[in-house]
Amino acid sequence: MEGYIWLIPVLPLAAFVITLLFGKWWIKEHAHWLPILAMAGSFGLSLAAFVQIRGAEEPVVVELWRWFSVGSFQVPLGMQVDQLSSVMLLVVSGVGLVIFIYSKGYMHGDTGYYRFYAYMSLFAFSMLMLVLANNYLLLYFGWEAVGLCSYYLIGYYYHKPEAAAAGKKAFIVNRVGDFGFGLGVMLVFVTFGTLDYLKVFELAEAGAVAETTLIGITLLLFMGAMGKSAQFPLHVWLPDAMEGPTPVSALIHAATMVTAGVYMVARSAVLFASAPGVLLVVGGIGTFTAIFAAVIGICQKDIKRVLAYSTVSQLGYMFMALGVGAWAIAIFHLVTHAFFKALLFLGAGSVIHALGGEQNMDKMGGLRKRIPATYYTLVAGALALSGIFPFAGFWSKDDILGAVWRDGKYLLWAVGLVAAFITAFYTFRMIFLTFFGKSRLDEDTEHHVHESPWSMLVPLIVLAVASTLGGFLGLPGKLGLIQHFLEPVFAPADHILGLHEYSLAASDYVLMVVSVIVAMLGIVLAWYMYVRRVDLPLKVGARLQPAYRVVYNKFYVDEFYAATFVRVAVDGSTWVWHRFDEAVIDGAAHGLARLWQVLGHAGRRLQTGKVQHYLLGIFVGLFVIVTVVVFR
Amino acid sequence: MEPTSATMPIPVDWYLYLSAVLFLIGAVGVLTRRNLFIILFSIELMMNAVNLNLVGFSRFHEDMLGHNFVLFTMAIAAAEAAVGLAIAVALFRNRQTLMVDLFTRMKG
Repeated sequence: MEGYIWLIPVLPLAAFVITLLFGKWWIKEHAHWLPILAMAGSFGLSLAAFVQIRGAEEPVVVELWRWFSVGSFQVPLGMQVDQLSSVMLLVVSGVGLVIFIYSKGYMHGDTGYYRFYAYMSLFAFSMLMLVLANNYLLLYFGWEAVGLCSYYLIGYYYHKPEAAAAGKKAFIVNRVGDFGFGLGVMLVFVTFGTLDYLKVFELAEAGAVAETTLIGITLLLFMGAMGKSAQFPLHVWLPDAMEGPTPVSALIHAATMVTAGVYMVARSAVLFASAPGVLLVVGGIGTFTAIFAAVIGICQKDIKRVLAYSTVSQLGYMFMALGVGAWAIAIFHLVTHAFFKALLFLGAGSVIHALGGEQNMDKMGGLRKRIPATYYTLVAGALALSGIFPFAGFWSKDDILGAVWRDGKYLLWAVGLVAAFITAFYTFRMIFLTFFGKSRLDEDTEHHVHESPWSMLVPLIVLAVASTLGGFLGLPGKLGLIQHFLEPVFAPADHILGLHEYSLAASDYVLMVVSVIVAMLGIVLAWYMYVRRVDLPLKVGARLQPAYRVVYNKFYVDEFYAATFVRVAVDGSTWVWHRFDEAVIDGAAHGLARLWQVLGHAGRRLQTGKVQHYLLGIFVGLFVIVTVVVFR
Repeated sequence: MEPTSATMPIPVDWYLYLSAVLFLIGAVGVLTRRNLFIILFSIELMMNAVNLNLVGFSRFHEDMLGHNFVLFTMAIAAAEAAVGLAIAVALFRNRQTLMVDLFTRMKG
């Protein structure tokens, strides 16, 4: 395995370089082949690594070369493969491969085709580096690089002002989180004297560090996770990120990049387990985000924005799991979520494609018979997201709620259950608005509705199968394959928290039944409101006018930021611009120029242009010199 | 050393006075006159003042090196005069005048 690990990220990197250099003039509309092949190669190698790492007690670490070497600050460019990174490798390269193939159909004929594939490849490289890193600095590199690619791809339609603004917003909001993350990494180095995962965790496990320091480190690291994984209050960038092309939303803003925060917290499980107070913060913020975003999702009209808020909400679930020390279950939910959320995004993309770019659900409806393949796959994804037995989301979400219950966090459990109800409701609201009822399409689009090409449908079907069966990877209790697989990674953290393997009790079955019933209720309510009594939503909206308005406007978080942070930054910068930049800096530069101008004006009088004046000068000078020399 | 000798009936001082006066006339001419020709003549005058100086000292020291110098200077001066006149002609063709105070393109 040591021999080929480096190839996993390098293959997409090579695809990126070649596509970017030759895409515009030479490869053009064939730009998809190289990235897809590179991705397939990475996926194959990831599979090989997965097979080899299975059951291994120790992680495999490969140090390619020294990256930094300053005094005691030694950072290798090293890659670490253990069970956790191997799962992440499979998700990133597997879902990535499927989405790359889908993009061939979705992005077909776009003017920036090669640019799209180039940046997607760069993203794949960065994400694979992120999960393969064996130290915090390399993780930070991947972390920033995926953020950069996210920025490029959100602003892919850069001629649209909203897209450009959304890219900027994503970058800036992430910067807030990354500020904390960067400080966290520095604090890790100051505290442990190294950035290597293995050494850091070994020291932390040995209890060599004061708990207050660990609290500081984990809080700072979690701040980074909040930015990258769009947790309240840094969630605002993710819904806007939907301005990017749909495959980008599926790959970056649903399946992989936004889960980097979850991965990082799970990776640092030992540190977080040693600071139980911070775990509570993680769980609390996750739970709040889960219900907060789900509520906003109810009122969104843009099909992609519903999914975006759903992603925020599901990421909240993952943090909820991390908060009770259910690391493996969080990763399990990450995996199933990657399947069904990528499916939902790609399905939504297929709908948008069929309608020639329409994203507003008020202008859809009745599409069930007209794009059946999209419909069936999308319903599979919706059932998985809602947590209906036996779809993937049921197992992972139920595992999370079960873990929260076992940990005695009943309040979090209750909130999570309500969020599950809302999730089922808004998911099927989306399905019913899109596929059921009467057609509300525009005249023009009505005639052009068409099923998507095979290159788009095959990925949908693959992901639908994964979303349907993926849950059996992580059956609860001792049956869980993925939990068992990840055990070597999380055993030290579990040991610190005093968690043990548990056996299924009767209460677990009750919990499962309860959560399915709750999800079913959500679906039934959605059916009642959006199929049976289509007049009801408007009436309810009118009755609850103030509440509706608050939710529709996303709790005015954006407006709050605009009125506070943005305003302070803009006003402050404007003040500095006028008072300092213009007055002092420009003043100094202009003043200097003015000085030389005045001197020049005085000096130009000497330059009369008449040779005889110059000659006079020469003679006078000569006379003076001779006089001095002779009569000295 | 005597100011006069058998080979030098006129004392060397007089050569020097004459030379100085000629040089000054030339210098004032260069500085004050506007016509390029007159300026060239004045330069010639200054040069010949120097020549006279050299010849005078040559005779005074009874050393022929000064003569050699002067012969060289005259040859060079002839060439220089040719070049100077050529420039004057070219200038005149360009500007239809030889008044140097009108040539102020170098003015800053």
